[in-house]
Amino acid sequence: MDYSQFGAMLPELIILGLFFIVFLLDTFSGENGRKPLTPVSTVLFGLATIAIWIIPASGETVFGGMYVDDSACKAMKAILNVGVFIVFLQSAKWLDSDEVAVRKGEFYELMLVTLFGMYLMISSRHFLLFLIGLESASLPLAALVAFNKRHYESHEAAVKYILTAVFSSAILLMGLSFVYAFSGGSLYFDDIRAEVMGEDSGLLICALAFMIAGIGFKLSLVPFHLWTADVYQGAPTAITSYLSVVSKGAAAFAFFVIFVQAFGPLYSGLWEWMMYAVIIATITVGNLFAIRQKNMKRFMAFSSISQAGYIMLGVMTESALGLGSMMFYIFVYVVSNLAVFSVISTIENKTGKLSIDDYDGLHKTNPWLSFAMTLAMFSLAGIPPFAGFFSKILIFTSVTASDSMPLYMLVLVALINTIISLYYYLLVVKAIWIKPGEAKVESFRSDNGERVALWLCVAGIIFFGLVPYIYKYCVESAQPVLAVIGL
Amino acid sequence: MDLTMLWYLVPSVIMFAAGVYGFCTRKNMIALLISLELMLNSADLNFVVFNRFLFPGSMEGMVFTLFAIAIAAAETAIAISIIINIYREVGNTDINSVKQMRF
Repeated sequence: MDYSQFGAMLPELIILGLFFIVFLLDTFSGENGRKPLTPVSTVLFGLATIAIWIIPASGETVFGGMYVDDSACKAMKAILNVGVFIVFLQSAKWLDSDEVAVRKGEFYELMLVTLFGMYLMISSRHFLLFLIGLESASLPLAALVAFNKRHYESHEAAVKYILTAVFSSAILLMGLSFVYAFSGGSLYFDDIRAEVMGEDSGLLICALAFMIAGIGFKLSLVPFHLWTADVYQGAPTAITSYLSVVSKGAAAFAFFVIFVQAFGPLYSGLWEWMMYAVIIATITVGNLFAIRQKNMKRFMAFSSISQAGYIMLGVMTESALGLGSMMFYIFVYVVSNLAVFSVISTIENKTGKLSIDDYDGLHKTNPWLSFAMTLAMFSLAGIPPFAGFFSKILIFTSVTASDSMPLYMLVLVALINTIISLYYYLLVVKAIWIKPGEAKVESFRSDNGERVALWLCVAGIIFFGLVPYIYKYCVESAQPVLAVIGL
Repeated sequence: MDLTMLWYLVPSVIMFAAGVYGFCTRKNMIALLISLELMLNSADLNFVVFNRFLFPGSMEGMVFTLFAIAIAAAETAIAISIIINIYREVGNTDINSVKQMRF
């Protein structure tokens, strides 16, 4: 066997090396060694993030085509890395609390393993590698959700997460086995694409529905979203933010690659209408349920469901423009959502308050936190000068670029839902700035890590929309995925 | 009598349906896990059968099944450890005792 092939998996090797450093430090340095664990792993991960941004993609295909390292995968990995880095920064304070300080190392190890799984998911061009990536991304997450050992909610969330996760992966496997029956004996995306061309049978429809259900669970698309709110509420806030952006982003990219590269020829015949219905349901139901939430984490859960619907709009395009817009949307979503979660976790760490009503009059005591929260809400709702507006308008234009009437209607529904979402995002802003009465959260100075995380997010929210280079970079790096199928 | 593919596929579908039914109706978390295991195994069986009957020249389905079995074992291990945590917290493994967070 040719071991030099592993050299093409450079991003994975970096994450794996980091994992071993953290693991050895955690295991062999004893009680005192745990103190520098947070700065060491955060700084090293920051360096890894920069390295992955800088190192150009090799464009190689190794292991007989199972693994590919093209520019789209590299850009997506770099985007996810930024998200994980911000999560590391915002969770530093929480990890130093007495309750979890002993298990600090486990937190970093499990996070790095899930990230490794997501990398495999993104780069895989064969269903076996994809399944291994998917499972190694979702199983350690169950352990992370159960991380707050002394809180009952954490356990309840974990058991709900793991049971639905295994259920959905069983359905995904069943769908895969049906696909295998059509595949001519090979599970490479390319071979499946050649074999299913022009096929039209009940078994294939069933297979595609099962696969949409299996991956849709990871993305919390609507008929498969029932776990989301409970898990987001019960999990530690750092894990909630990780679940809502990083794991969702990786699954969305993998979804695009699978459905374009393996099932691309079936687009108009079979899965266009399935996704059409799922996207409309996702955006609408997520929005309507978000309105009635009182708990901030549950509120963000439903908001992230409807955002997942907007992300999936990119899949309907089947073009490099669509994938680029989707990646740009995910990038903007990473910074906006993590800004909200940084504020939530800062306030939760200091005061333990999580309800929207507790944010009344926050601007009197904590103006900077209020400022960051307001910008993030504006960005999530899509108000013009901020990044969220540009990501929404770019994904809408990419969907309408193909000039078909049903897609115009889809964008119209999404547009109406944007207006509904404006209402509940502004409820939070109203609580912070307008509601009369005394502030319920006292004035405090937030931790340095949280400050850096918030500044990074705010900078992203302001500049991502105004710097056209980032969008151009996303669209250009998206080309190879579509070049494979000749588009 | 020769055994065609259908003799294997029908039991596999029945197993899958039994798993889904068990997952929806059972109240004990361990029973839920057993139902999930049934579903995973029926998918594995499908892979092996399709490989054996449709593509006897290659081994891809069999290899896939080996990996899927290993992954299923990992899933069960994590689920069991979480259920043990729940048992320590509330004293039983009834699914009705974990419904504090709703709506």
